[in-house]
Amino acid sequence: MVADTAILAQGLRKGYRGGKVALDGVDLRVGAGTVHGLLGPNGAGKTTMVRVLATLLSFDSGRAWVAGADVVARPWAVRERIGFVGQYAAVDEVLSARRNLEMFGRLYHLGRRRSRSRAQELLERFDLVEAADRPVRTFSGGMRRRLDLAAGLVLDPRVLFLDEPTTGLDPRSRGQVWEMVRELVAGGTTVLLTTQYLEEADRLADRISVMDAGRVIAQGSPVELKERVGGGRVEVVVGRAEELGVVAQVLERMAGAPPSVDVDTLCVRAPLAGRGAALTKVVRALDEAGLDVEDIALRRPTLDDVFLGLTGREGEEPGDVGGGGSW
Amino acid sequence: MSEVERARGLVGVAGVWSRRLGWAVADSWVVARRYLTHLVRKPDEVVGTLMIPVLAVLLFGFVFGEALGAAMGVGGDQYRDFLMPGLFALTMAFGIGNTTIAVVSDVGRGVVDRFRTLPMAPSALLVGRSMADVVAALVDLAVLVGMGLLIGWRWHLGVGAALAALGLLLLLRLAFTWIGIWLGLLVRGPEAAMKFFALVFPLAMVAETFVPTEMVPGWVAPVAEWNPLSATVLACRELFGNTVVTGQGWVAQNAVLMAVVWPLVLLAVFVPLSVARYRRLSR
Repeated sequence: MVADTAILAQGLRKGYRGGKVALDGVDLRVGAGTVHGLLGPNGAGKTTMVRVLATLLSFDSGRAWVAGADVVARPWAVRERIGFVGQYAAVDEVLSARRNLEMFGRLYHLGRRRSRSRAQELLERFDLVEAADRPVRTFSGGMRRRLDLAAGLVLDPRVLFLDEPTTGLDPRSRGQVWEMVRELVAGGTTVLLTTQYLEEADRLADRISVMDAGRVIAQGSPVELKERVGGGRVEVVVGRAEELGVVAQVLERMAGAPPSVDVDTLCVRAPLAGRGAALTKVVRALDEAGLDVEDIALRRPTLDDVFLGLTGREGEEPGDVGGGGSW
Repeated sequence: MSEVERARGLVGVAGVWSRRLGWAVADSWVVARRYLTHLVRKPDEVVGTLMIPVLAVLLFGFVFGEALGAAMGVGGDQYRDFLMPGLFALTMAFGIGNTTIAVVSDVGRGVVDRFRTLPMAPSALLVGRSMADVVAALVDLAVLVGMGLLIGWRWHLGVGAALAALGLLLLLRLAFTWIGIWLGLLVRGPEAAMKFFALVFPLAMVAETFVPTEMVPGWVAPVAEWNPLSATVLACRELFGNTVVTGQGWVAQNAVLMAVVWPLVLLAVFVPLSVARYRRLSR
């Protein structure tokens, strides 16, 4: 395993009883000190992947190393080097935040005094000092998530797994989690996170693996993935249906590709390379054709477009909190 | 390999194993402390466990006590003396429910997942739970013994025998915790756990608990006699000296022996089953 590789997986396969294949030959390489996003719909195999790498699940074939240790041969060594934050806040509801962190410290064999001081450090860092001695069941979702993250960091892990870290959080808490992930990575931690939120992967990840049906169907930086669906898109909304044809002609000339016309919304869409300058040209051309458009917008490609282009299915809007079933 | 090298190797292996064992004990205790904190912070679990035996003391001891005593040819006071060891053991059995629900909700909430990603001894989670349950049972027993003393129950054969009886009750509880752990790993949610608990209820009743085996219909008598609970109840009556009536069956004649054998048999079955089930979480 190369020194700058924090996670390496080769041909991972995992089937469940009943024939369902969760992982269908997944390769993954995550560079040390980077954030890698696993993006995909429910059932794509993201969670299985993370659980396999975190030594929670066995797999049928393939090999995997995390932080230099073989996941199958030396799970113990892997566990000493990773932090795991699952989908559900895995903290004790009855204990206080402080007691939770101290308990995990003891189970990491930090010893009593070191566990205590580490708990205090984490409480301060995650802004939980005031609530430190209250039972966790009185915590808000965001506070619980922060504690959960803190619990994953008791040992200062080299690799941190985050399984849908912001699912069900309000936008403010989500922003806080993102901020913490960035801080961690700045400190040298490697993060592998799964998400259904395209925006999240876009904002956080250095590289993204798009998963579908147990396979990685695309891999690259957010920019690279967006380039795969070309540049941006221009959308022109007109006032009357008769104008649609002319607009379509103008856009076809500018874009060099046939635009799509939506009669219901009186909207014409066309791919458009370049940024503002290209838009100015479109506006000028429409003006010269004597058209008075209702609205004109340049849409930059989103990972939604990436997913649509790769799978032929729509992705999920980041705003749909908890609507994971709609894929 | 020379003898010296072989000896060194053995010492090394022994060192690794003793270190591992040391961590396993330490980790189990950390887990046990977690559950014991629950007991203190959420005393409703203790209250819930004690509810049925306490009600049973009132119901069977006083409402039906005279009638049941009369049927056995003794007075109400003597029946209550006879009843208490049955209720002690019954409480040990009802603890299964708490164990199961605690394990089920830990698995469901992902707490077990987190524990499994820690470099702790894998056995610690299960062992810790059973340790905590035995400590909790001590609290249950203290409350019930106090209640028994209030209504006139006594140990008649000295403190040593009484402590031995309490020891047998705790041994039974230890065995039962592993049934609870296994069920908790087996079922999917707290609702399913409650259904299993509905099965525990009659099994806890069809025993020496409330009436001697001789008084139940012939076809249930063997079930009652060979119920693990019965052996402990009979042994406790013997050791506390609450022998208002003496049983005639083989189990009754060898009660103390069987009160040791039964829990050991249960442990031999349910500890491996639970461990296997726990391992299957990674499938």
